[in-house]
Amino acid sequence: MTVRLVLTVAALTLREASRRRVLRSLAALTVVLLALSAWGFSRINAEFSGLTSGEARIVASIVLNLVMFGLSLISALGTAFLAGPTLAGEVESGIALAVLARPVRRHTVLLGKWLGLVTFAGGFVAIAGLAQLLIVRVTVGYWPPHPAVGLGLLVAQAMVLLTLGLLLSTAISPMASGVVAVGLFGATWVAGVVGAAGEAFGYDSIARVGTVSRVLLPTDGLWRGAMNAFQDPTLLLMFSTEGFEGHPFLSPAPITPAYLGWAGLWVALILGLAGLAFQRRDI
Amino acid sequence: MTPPPTPPGAPVGAAPREPAPSDVANGLPPDARAPAPAVWCSGLRKRYRGRTAVAGVSFTVGRGEVVGLLGPNGAGKTSVIKMLLGLVRPDAGEVLLLGQPARDPRSRARVGYLPELFRYQPWLTAAEVLALHTRLAGVPVPAKERRECLAMVGLADRAGDRVGGFSKGMQQRLGLAVALVARPELVILDEPTSALDPIGRADVRDLVLSLKARGVAVLLNSHLIGEVERVCDRVVILDKGRVVASGTLPELLGRREVRLRLDGVNPQAEARLAAAGEVTRDGDAFTIALPTDHDIDIVPDLVADLVRLGVRIHAVEPGRISLEQRLLDILRSGPNEEPA
Repeated sequence: MTVRLVLTVAALTLREASRRRVLRSLAALTVVLLALSAWGFSRINAEFSGLTSGEARIVASIVLNLVMFGLSLISALGTAFLAGPTLAGEVESGIALAVLARPVRRHTVLLGKWLGLVTFAGGFVAIAGLAQLLIVRVTVGYWPPHPAVGLGLLVAQAMVLLTLGLLLSTAISPMASGVVAVGLFGATWVAGVVGAAGEAFGYDSIARVGTVSRVLLPTDGLWRGAMNAFQDPTLLLMFSTEGFEGHPFLSPAPITPAYLGWAGLWVALILGLAGLAFQRRDI
Repeated sequence: MTPPPTPPGAPVGAAPREPAPSDVANGLPPDARAPAPAVWCSGLRKRYRGRTAVAGVSFTVGRGEVVGLLGPNGAGKTSVIKMLLGLVRPDAGEVLLLGQPARDPRSRARVGYLPELFRYQPWLTAAEVLALHTRLAGVPVPAKERRECLAMVGLADRAGDRVGGFSKGMQQRLGLAVALVARPELVILDEPTSALDPIGRADVRDLVLSLKARGVAVLLNSHLIGEVERVCDRVVILDKGRVVASGTLPELLGRREVRLRLDGVNPQAEARLAAAGEVTRDGDAFTIALPTDHDIDIVPDLVADLVRLGVRIHAVEPGRISLEQRLLDILRSGPNEEPA
């Protein structure tokens, strides 16, 4: 019964995402990004024809991570602005009244919405990310060492952000929850860059900013793991580790199982908290 | 306060029996041996940010009974309805829906609800909204029956249209279909005609009467008192979060009256008028308040006697206190004065 209801709500959420303007906006943004990157990568190939194959790989790696960051930003914006309206918006508009007066538990509805959003985000990142990797392969002949891991971590990053969006939408308005979620995503990324710079220059207190932010909101940690999976492994031999740590679009180390476990636990905790907040809310 | 009728023994579709002095009035749950009432609530309380919205509301809705929930704006009617449906957490009190504790969502499996704020997924078609609600209710309703449900509320030809393009009136009609689609045994309608034209209101009235005929219990919150008077078996009146009166319409409306325009009224005729009931005179207009349990011949007998006594009778008009007048009397006199 509960599984059937979760799947019903997940299917409804997917249908909502597919029929609302956000999908069309997301698709348009993605197409623009992919087209620009295809043009950019083809120019790299043309303009830097004098580069050695190793140098070309470095350039391709860095630019790929840069474009993938754009992609992860689009998925973050999309999922955060879908997660907010899907809960807070339905409560505000009154749509939730008729649904929650049915014989359904609120955490079942929440879990269904979460599952629908995860499926949507996963589908988007997998399709758009794969398209981006293929563009890079066709234009400059570069294929990342662990594409599935990288794309999986980008999906996990979107999952973290939409879970945060759901928690926020149980307490604040739909637009505010989207804005706060994206704001926190951006702040964590900046904190990660600052922390990496601190590590590179040996300032422990500054380095701690990045560590703490990656624990509080695991989006940046997962993003750094994804970058590592996309970049050429020979880069590690060419640059010192410190050089990597200071770079916003290169990552010196792959993601650890412990951090992945923490991200999973974080999602479960935040989802549980969202369930409790939603359960207690007067509709 | 007159205790509201509690008909746990009544079979579905039967007329509600007279109030039992126990159960709701005493805050006791209904008799476990008898079929449970459609709604049983006791001592419901709710405060929002220090302001009391509901202060100890208790009432029942029997199986197959139509109960009207009346009261001024801010009386707590919608809060009570939301507490019955688990949408708002009561600070205190108990609710049973169709015999099951309302904290268990399964108690709402056979409950239909039209909210005061009616909005449905704008990206779905009307037919998809009904299909969604039957899935959520866990009641397998064939597509043909769902289409009939849409036809019943006048939306047969809009089944494939997105709800986002519907007018408010059409959305309210869709809300009625949603409330009725999963074969409910209890339907809760919160201001069901607020966006409807006069024809739509008449349709809703017929719909409620057809539900009553099928033995479906209805709790109806409406500001349209004429509507309530036409369809309800009983009325519960709320004011400032409390039940200030409840009872059947005859109990609440109580006395009837007859108005006469007379001349040539002599002392014997005055004595005869006084014998019929309490007399109020304004010039040649006489109003006689008839006792609640009066004989049906009381008015013809009175007219015949007045003629025999030489009184000239210009007009005889039967009168009845309207529910609206009674409601205003109750609300103006405060919560301590109970109706007959």
